Amino acid sequence: MKRTVPVIIAAITGFVILIAFFLPPTQSWGEGAGIWFNILAAFAFVLGGANLLKVQLETISSRRPGWGYALVVVLSFVAMLTVGLLKVGVNPEPQYPDRAWSGPFDIASSPFGWSYAYVFSPLTSTMFASLAFYVASAAFRAFRAKNIEAILLLTTAFIVLIGNTAAGRITDGLPDWLSFLKFDVLVANIMSYVSTGAWRAITIGIAIGVAATSLRVLLGIDRPYLGRN
Amino acid sequence: MHGRHLRRGHRRTNRSALLLGLLAMFLAGSHAFAAPPAPIEVTATDEPWDDGTNLVVRWKPGVGGDPVVSWQIFRSRTNEELEQAIRDARVRAATTAYEERLKAELAKELNPSEAARARAVSLALEASEAASKAFDANSVDRHIPITVLPSTANEFVVDRVETGKPYVIRVVPRDLDGNPGASTDTEPVIATMQSFVGSRAWLLAAIIGLSMTIIGCIVLARGGRRIKIRRIPGLDAIDEAVGRATEMGRPVLYIPGIQDMDNVQTVAGVTILGRVAKTAAEYDARIEVPTARSLVMTACRDAVQSAYFEAGRPESFNPDAIRYITDEQFGYVAYVAGRMVREKPATCIYMGQFYAESLLLAENGNAIGAIQIAGTAESSQLPFFVAACDYTLIGEEFFAASAYLSGEPTQLGSLLGQDVGKFVTVALILLGVALATIGSIRGGGFAQSAADFLANTVLKG
Repeated sequence: MKRTVPVIIAAITGFVILIAFFLPPTQSWGEGAGIWFNILAAFAFVLGGANLLKVQLETISSRRPGWGYALVVVLSFVAMLTVGLLKVGVNPEPQYPDRAWSGPFDIASSPFGWSYAYVFSPLTSTMFASLAFYVASAAFRAFRAKNIEAILLLTTAFIVLIGNTAAGRITDGLPDWLSFLKFDVLVANIMSYVSTGAWRAITIGIAIGVAATSLRVLLGIDRPYLGRN
Repeated sequence: MHGRHLRRGHRRTNRSALLLGLLAMFLAGSHAFAAPPAPIEVTATDEPWDDGTNLVVRWKPGVGGDPVVSWQIFRSRTNEELEQAIRDARVRAATTAYEERLKAELAKELNPSEAARARAVSLALEASEAASKAFDANSVDRHIPITVLPSTANEFVVDRVETGKPYVIRVVPRDLDGNPGASTDTEPVIATMQSFVGSRAWLLAAIIGLSMTIIGCIVLARGGRRIKIRRIPGLDAIDEAVGRATEMGRPVLYIPGIQDMDNVQTVAGVTILGRVAKTAAEYDARIEVPTARSLVMTACRDAVQSAYFEAGRPESFNPDAIRYITDEQFGYVAYVAGRMVREKPATCIYMGQFYAESLLLAENGNAIGAIQIAGTAESSQLPFFVAACDYTLIGEEFFAASAYLSGEPTQLGSLLGQDVGKFVTVALILLGVALATIGSIRGGGFAQSAADFLANTVLKG
């Protein structure tokens, strides 16, 4: 019973969403299933926040290595939660001047908005920017000409890279009968035929894999949400 | 002499005036002809077999006038849309009046005092109210431009309309300079919802066909039919990678992507986690699972706990090893990357949906010398994993991983069904290529019609 009921709920929900895609009168059922997912996710979010605090507080109390980072996490968490929930420093909406909490919590002038714009966003941007260095180091390893495949990869990457920069114009002067060797033509051919062909093959495999996995879940053969398969 | 010159000049002036008059008449006449004629037989109908959000408009070019270069299609606003548009326009007018008056009042003094500022605000508010009251609701256009079509078009599907509400479609011809000609409106038409979306019939047929094939293969496998599966090196390496972690006394780091449980890749990632956790439990290796979604954390906990029970080591299960970090993409990356550098896990496994964080994580794992196995169906991230990881499960291999690792006949049967589906797809591709090639050589005919049907009807579903 403990296992059968969740499997039935999952199967019915899955089939409802599938049917709603084809039968317009049942579209609201599919939307309802989506709303239920959001409600569950909202409850789980409380669970996640509690888990985050528990793990970090344990790290601090037992002075495990890196407890200082845990302290920063807890302080940041509590600070953002407080200023966000209590709408600290938020001005009321002009049409409701007597209601202190009527203004949005995330405007740039509020402490929450300020922290988001001037602390959080720069930090995430920094993480994202470091991607450029990782791309360079990964490309350096990937493009080492160790074997035939790697040489082909290196050559293709070189053509696409040069063709997408100003340096690609060095072949502009080639005569018409050699126009197929122009960088822009080579790049267009590689992207339109070679790359698109490979990408489509992968996509077709993915689509069939998604269908098979979904079917396994709907039929209860795969039950990741129950833990035991 | 002087008088003669004068007369000649007078005569020249008359002639110039006459020429100018003729030119003006010609231009006026040509302008009258320049406007493209209004389209005729303009009709709008409800699209059959749809979800009640589409209208089909058809028309024919009018006769005479300058040639039509393009058609612009408009549709009427619903009452709600019109009210909203009037509200927005009124607010815009009031805001503009407020800002302009405030700017003008403040500009009167070089360094306005507080009292002057307050007076300026008061006057600006008055101007804003006056502008709001004086706003003419009729100045808001009753129609919304939808699209511009080439002159050869004579039909268009207006989508995203509201079911059960009347719409008037307007077709406007435009000339070479973009000048509009006389327009024609349709009668009001209402989009109605049908019980089935006809354009998706082929997709439904494909889903039913694939599902039946997979179920048939599962039944065959359950009946004892032996199924041969090709080896997938990335999955075979999991045992070795977990064993390495045990030998080194370091943890296995498992990342189930950054999406929620409503994503099929996360579902596949959590399923694979169950298999990996069982191996880790058998080898007595520590497994850590930081998650970017709370719901994924609970699912991962259940999966890992069950795996430890199955392996007969429930006492080794540590729920705190599966923890929630943050929903924020780069906040999550910062935690995982920091954890990697400090803890130096022996094995890093990435299975799920990844975006820009894929390379950030995989390169950090590479830098600490961990064995790395990745799997995703996000094709744009596959090259990064291939470059930075030891093994990568590409697309379908990722979805086959759970079944492959389980070795159960039921699961392996579904893999056989997948392969049959791929075989049929390849056969259809070859058929399409052959039909298109024959149609191209013959310049049309049955082959071309069949190829067009495959491309425009079957695949569009």
